[in-house]
Amino acid sequence: MSAAQWRRAMNSAAAAAAPTVRAPAARSVQALPSSAAETVPSWPGRWLARIRPRHIVVLAALIVYPFVASPFFTYQIGAQALALGLIALSLTFLGGYGGMVSLAQMTIAGVAGYGVAVFGTSSAAAISLGWPWWLASAVAIALATAFAAAVGWLSVRTEGIYTIMITLAIGVAFFYLAQQNYTVFNGFQGFNRAGAPEVLGTESRDPVAFYFTALACALAGYFLVRHLVRAPFGIALQGIRDNPRRMASLGYAVTAHRVAAYAVSGLLAAVGGVLMVWYNGRISPGTVNLGAMISILIIAVLGGMKHPIGAFVGAIVYVLLQNFAIDLFVRERFNLVIGAGFLAIVLFSPDGLLGLWAKLRSSLVKTQTPQQTRRQP
Amino acid sequence: MRETKRRIWLRSVVGAAAATALMGSAWSQETLKIGLLTNLEGPFAVPGQDGFRGADMALKEKNGMAGGKKIEFIKLSSDATPDKAVAATRKAVEQDKVQIMIGPLSGDEGIAVKNYAKSHPDVTFINGSSGAQATTLVDPAPNFYRFNTEGAQWMVGLGEHALGKGYKKVFLVAEDYGFPYSQVQGFMASYCAKGGKVVDKAWVPLGTKDYASVVAKIPKDIDAVVVVLGGSDAVNFLNQYEQAGGAKPMVGGSITVDQTVLNYKGKRRESLLGTASAGPMADSIDTPEWKKFVADYKAQFKDGFPSPSLFAYLYYINTRATLEALDAVKGDLSNGQKAYRDALQKTNFKGPAGEVKIDGNRNGVGTTYITEVTKAPDGSFYNKVVKTVPNISQTLGLSEAEFKKMGLGSRDVPDCRK
Repeated sequence: MSAAQWRRAMNSAAAAAAPTVRAPAARSVQALPSSAAETVPSWPGRWLARIRPRHIVVLAALIVYPFVASPFFTYQIGAQALALGLIALSLTFLGGYGGMVSLAQMTIAGVAGYGVAVFGTSSAAAISLGWPWWLASAVAIALATAFAAAVGWLSVRTEGIYTIMITLAIGVAFFYLAQQNYTVFNGFQGFNRAGAPEVLGTESRDPVAFYFTALACALAGYFLVRHLVRAPFGIALQGIRDNPRRMASLGYAVTAHRVAAYAVSGLLAAVGGVLMVWYNGRISPGTVNLGAMISILIIAVLGGMKHPIGAFVGAIVYVLLQNFAIDLFVRERFNLVIGAGFLAIVLFSPDGLLGLWAKLRSSLVKTQTPQQTRRQP
Repeated sequence: MRETKRRIWLRSVVGAAAATALMGSAWSQETLKIGLLTNLEGPFAVPGQDGFRGADMALKEKNGMAGGKKIEFIKLSSDATPDKAVAATRKAVEQDKVQIMIGPLSGDEGIAVKNYAKSHPDVTFINGSSGAQATTLVDPAPNFYRFNTEGAQWMVGLGEHALGKGYKKVFLVAEDYGFPYSQVQGFMASYCAKGGKVVDKAWVPLGTKDYASVVAKIPKDIDAVVVVLGGSDAVNFLNQYEQAGGAKPMVGGSITVDQTVLNYKGKRRESLLGTASAGPMADSIDTPEWKKFVADYKAQFKDGFPSPSLFAYLYYINTRATLEALDAVKGDLSNGQKAYRDALQKTNFKGPAGEVKIDGNRNGVGTTYITEVTKAPDGSFYNKVVKTVPNISQTLGLSEAEFKKMGLGSRDVPDCRK
């Protein structure tokens, strides 16, 4: 959220939501989405008024995409980018709006993924409980959200690099636990043929059906974040990011608020984790190793952490590079292309691809129609 | 002005892209694309590169042609995780539209690719160097072929050899994942049947640095230590075992006694002499086929290893089988590749390290070499072949019923403590 937008939101929230400020902070922590409806009764109208042609174009493109693209592009590029983007979105929410950079987002997704495999069905019949997929994934998501809150509770008292270190330690510990525990995690091998719902089939999952499942989840996550960052909860979270001491003196329970933010981001990551297991049809410690944990950070930074869409833009670029860099360059050295791409983006635009886009647009607008003011992204 | 420039730039980009696309399609008419998957990232990046060399050698022997078509490899990389292996395979099959796919490199990748193969019955999958037993024994895919033998087969005969050296009671230390499970089973199947005892097994995580607790557990009254660890893990264990005063002889797995171990400089170096191990090939095989293979490898790859690695060898035989079958059917892949698959099933040629042929599950039946560490005239150590065991099938020399009763290798299978 940019400074201007932030100020505007702050003013409107302060004017309209006087009772919220008076209310104890714990309440705004618990009642997440509904508190916004309270402050501005006609919020669906507000949403409709904000729809612009480009939103419709993007949505239409997303819907038409699987029907024009090949199954490979639908599944391995499109659906995977949406699932990865959802996990990265949880980091964007936490890092961009809460100022807490957590490396454990892939771990939280992994907890949900392992949950799906353990509670649902997999090739490891001795471990998997065989619950129906909807129950298994619901329990897995709840469990992962609780785990995320616990991670948050452990790490919110720290700042900056220490948060990164604590979440890194938790992530690596979970990786080794999963690799060495045979009673629950099935060790190095993990779970094959895990938990994909029957409607999608295990081996020959229908790319289009899976794509739309991932799209629905991604859109829901995206709009949840868009909504939250404008709701009093999100406004307060950004306040805590910018000046925790001041927010504390205003009566907000800073720690509880941050833990709640972890829980929300955990919910997003958990849904992404379930999608990843369905996508791969399997999960093993390699899914949650250090490389995977860092790749989520890369995706979020690559796209830009100032807007929720950045996570998905980053995921698309990341997945494309992962798949096609090997065709572009000397094959033995293709990782060089990936690394150089990331380096170039971060070097020339600290705000990621979104920052690059904003820069490009403002320079275009300046040269063509100088009287037109720049609109917010 | 700026606008024009941008437009010109855009047009030239579009033009270049179109030209590339046209050229690409012109090429594909006279060439046959074969997907080739190894590892260029992760723990097996260096062996993976040698896998590419092996495949390139097989293709070069045929001057880049097979079945009357020019062969083009679509090279792909994984990082030894099954997720990446399937993603890369899916790209080759669904995006690059290959009809034949060679790979992957490691065991769990192999199982994942085999499962993927089932959803594409029109494509033929040929193994690279993966050696998990379950790939072809449990729920095999009818279009997945493996011309090499696997981890358990590589150890057959080593059990008897160890007994012959008088090792009646051994302690075992191995890494805790699929490949060592197979190796240990291959060793124990015959060792236990002939009266040997494995008093205890220590399963350590891959990449373990500290073996103090393992060394402390080794009983005094054993005859030897069976070490199924890879590369640096083996050297770390050896070092710490020596420092703790251990002096029992060693028996190694197929990837244990490699150059890093042979170049070991510790005080116990001399005691390495006589260390037995087994594998599907050995550096010192004394046949003209092997010598030619090594000479070709050295001539072709100045940046390669001093001698072809296991991975180069396995990729070589699998690629060669792929290409020879293509020759046999003159490049005919029609009719769901039926003729081609029949030709693959009939494969039988003399490879650098013995016969290459497959069984009914499309898994290799081949030779195992038992070696012992010996001192060369120049003072360096090498693995000398002391015995060859031909025609080893996946049932490890047991009858099918006996093998089924034992089950696949795992942490607790087989078991002969007492």
